[in-house]
Amino acid sequence: MRDVAIIGVGQTKVGEHWDISLRHLALGPLQAAMADAGVARADALYVGNMLSGELAGQEHLGALVADFAGLRGVEAFKIEAACCSGAAALRMGYVAVAGGLADIVIVVGVEKMTDALGPDATTALAMAADGDYEAAQGISFVAINALLMRRYMHEYGYSHQDFAPFAVNAHRNATNNPHAMFRFPVTAERFARARMICAPINLLDSSPICDGAAAVVLAPADAAHALSAAPIRIAASAVGTDALAVHDRRDPLVLDGAILSTRRAYEQAGVGPEDIDLFELHDAFSIMASLSLEAAGFADKGQGLRLALEGEIGIEGHVPVTTMGGLKARGHPVGATGVYQVVEVVQQLRGLAGANQVPNARTGMAQNIGGSGATVVTHILERMVD
Amino acid sequence: MTLSVSDVELLKPDREVGIIGYGAYVPRYRLPASEVARVWAGGQGGTPITEKSVPGLDEDVVTMSIEAARNGLVRAGDVDPALIRAVWVGSESHPYAVKPTSTIVAEAIGATPHTQAGDWEFACKAGTEALQAAIGFVGSGMARYALVIGMDTAQARPGDALEYTAGAGGAAYLVGPAAEALAVLEGSFSYVTDTPDFWRRAYQHYPSHGGRFTGRPAYFKHVVAAAQGLMEALVTEPADYAYAVFHQPNVKFPQTVAKRLGFTPAQIEDGLLVNEIGNTYAGSSLIGLTAVLDVAAPGDRVLLVSYGSGAGSDSFSLRVTEAILERRQRAPATRDYILRRVEIDYATYVRFTRALRE
Repeated sequence: MRDVAIIGVGQTKVGEHWDISLRHLALGPLQAAMADAGVARADALYVGNMLSGELAGQEHLGALVADFAGLRGVEAFKIEAACCSGAAALRMGYVAVAGGLADIVIVVGVEKMTDALGPDATTALAMAADGDYEAAQGISFVAINALLMRRYMHEYGYSHQDFAPFAVNAHRNATNNPHAMFRFPVTAERFARARMICAPINLLDSSPICDGAAAVVLAPADAAHALSAAPIRIAASAVGTDALAVHDRRDPLVLDGAILSTRRAYEQAGVGPEDIDLFELHDAFSIMASLSLEAAGFADKGQGLRLALEGEIGIEGHVPVTTMGGLKARGHPVGATGVYQVVEVVQQLRGLAGANQVPNARTGMAQNIGGSGATVVTHILERMVD
Repeated sequence: MTLSVSDVELLKPDREVGIIGYGAYVPRYRLPASEVARVWAGGQGGTPITEKSVPGLDEDVVTMSIEAARNGLVRAGDVDPALIRAVWVGSESHPYAVKPTSTIVAEAIGATPHTQAGDWEFACKAGTEALQAAIGFVGSGMARYALVIGMDTAQARPGDALEYTAGAGGAAYLVGPAAEALAVLEGSFSYVTDTPDFWRRAYQHYPSHGGRFTGRPAYFKHVVAAAQGLMEALVTEPADYAYAVFHQPNVKFPQTVAKRLGFTPAQIEDGLLVNEIGNTYAGSSLIGLTAVLDVAAPGDRVLLVSYGSGAGSDSFSLRVTEAILERRQRAPATRDYILRRVEIDYATYVRFTRALRE
């Protein structure tokens, strides 16, 4: 196995890209990442995407994006793993380079959701759940998360308002991120008044339906210094899985897939939670942020929310999370999200995160969760130069 | 002489034309938005308007158009209906899929048989589209008078966001020579693109809409372009207008677009009726104009901008004449209809709109 490095990144502003098509959306960050890496070709292109077939009537994205980007002929596939399609595509790129089967690999995550009517997008997203035993019963994705949140509040005695710090932190950080969808701060008071979506989940507990694309370029780490002034090593790339349906899990309030994924990543990188300088977690809903912090070992069961309440999730805190806005405020273009997370960790480790820079960030972790926790992909990145 | 771009884009006939008579119509029934919220949202959340008008069991776009047309003819004075050479009705809710609304209206007002009659469709700007055609028809000398109506009994899927606002009502305008006009046309302008923000296919009862897509790339882009294009072509600015009327699907959109264009709340206040009668679709901007003509003074300039999904906007610059003072007294004012109000509950609304189908 070879060490793998990220030598280029690109991202487009998350939002409502009504005026361009899916392939066009993918093109901008793909070209930006290639320019950042200084490469004009690649051995493979992996496209992370969940919903193009359902919402854009288009599958076969690998060859489509490759051709549109002027890479006709290159090995190319779409990788799908629900909301963690982006990180799963990165994982496959990592496998290809680490295994010596490719040298330069481009990974692009792209999702276009706002061309569809709202109910159609909700129905499509429900495909991330267990079709026979969850979605077919009429439960939507937000409803699954609402059940988890309700149970969490009941088990550990939290109020709904206790979740406010996640939204407040995400929006504050997004204010300084030009690629974020919601570049405005919110207060705990505004959280308390936010429109109810699916009790107890309100609008500010929820990530938005949106469009976006982000890309990274991978190369063998031993060649990275020659190609990039600021290469970032992928210290770990790991996947864990669990049952799709919440009711089939060992404990609905424990993300076993995330525990497995994180443990494998820590072992591979030879680090533990105490070594992580920032954590881009999967805050599709605020309850997921709590459960992620616990699964990744930053808090005991039922105590993830405590970290937020104690102010430990801010840029200067013990575990900075959603440092560029997270899924909540940067936005959650589903199959692109995992790549955005990694691009943002790279920004932090390069020291280019601007006002949101985590001081002396050397090691960062990104965790992308598919469905309500059935597939979890974790990447740990490390600075290669000081 | 060379034509500038603005000369080409400005819609204005060689002969001066204007509005000879106008009439509004609003059904008497009102459904408070709180009733929709009570049934569909547990009484929670805000509402986009206070209440909307609902047609009675014996009302449709034909009967309502006749009411408005008669008001318009009364205001026009002793115009011989036989000289009305076009009766054009714009609506999204023509009672028949095939068979004109316009022939029934034309017959009822005595304009038949030597008249054009046709139904127009362009979502909420079908009425102003017909108005532009009438301006051309009269301005070319092919007709002395042409009658234009924008009228709707708007449909909304039960429980949809549109159900709060989809109202009923509209207005009729008799277009004729400027010398007889109570408001003279200074010019018109259109801005149209293929933008699918809202639609209803054949055999469907209710329209679909693109949610937030109906805002920035649809309503705002087209209304702003049509208003700015007209003012540039006429070399006018917001301060030159005593009143402005914008298509009003809710309260927020016309308020926002007015502010963006540089109009004050006072300039749009008299023509902003949506809070009290809802969005009357093809009638929406046109009935806003009747409310303005009810109060405008001779010499006042009025800007009218429609919006139709799909999408496009038509803008008009009008100057009110002395004739307004006497003629507006001849028929019920728009506000008379707004004040003629019978509140109904959601169940009655369901019955009146035949939302329960076998």
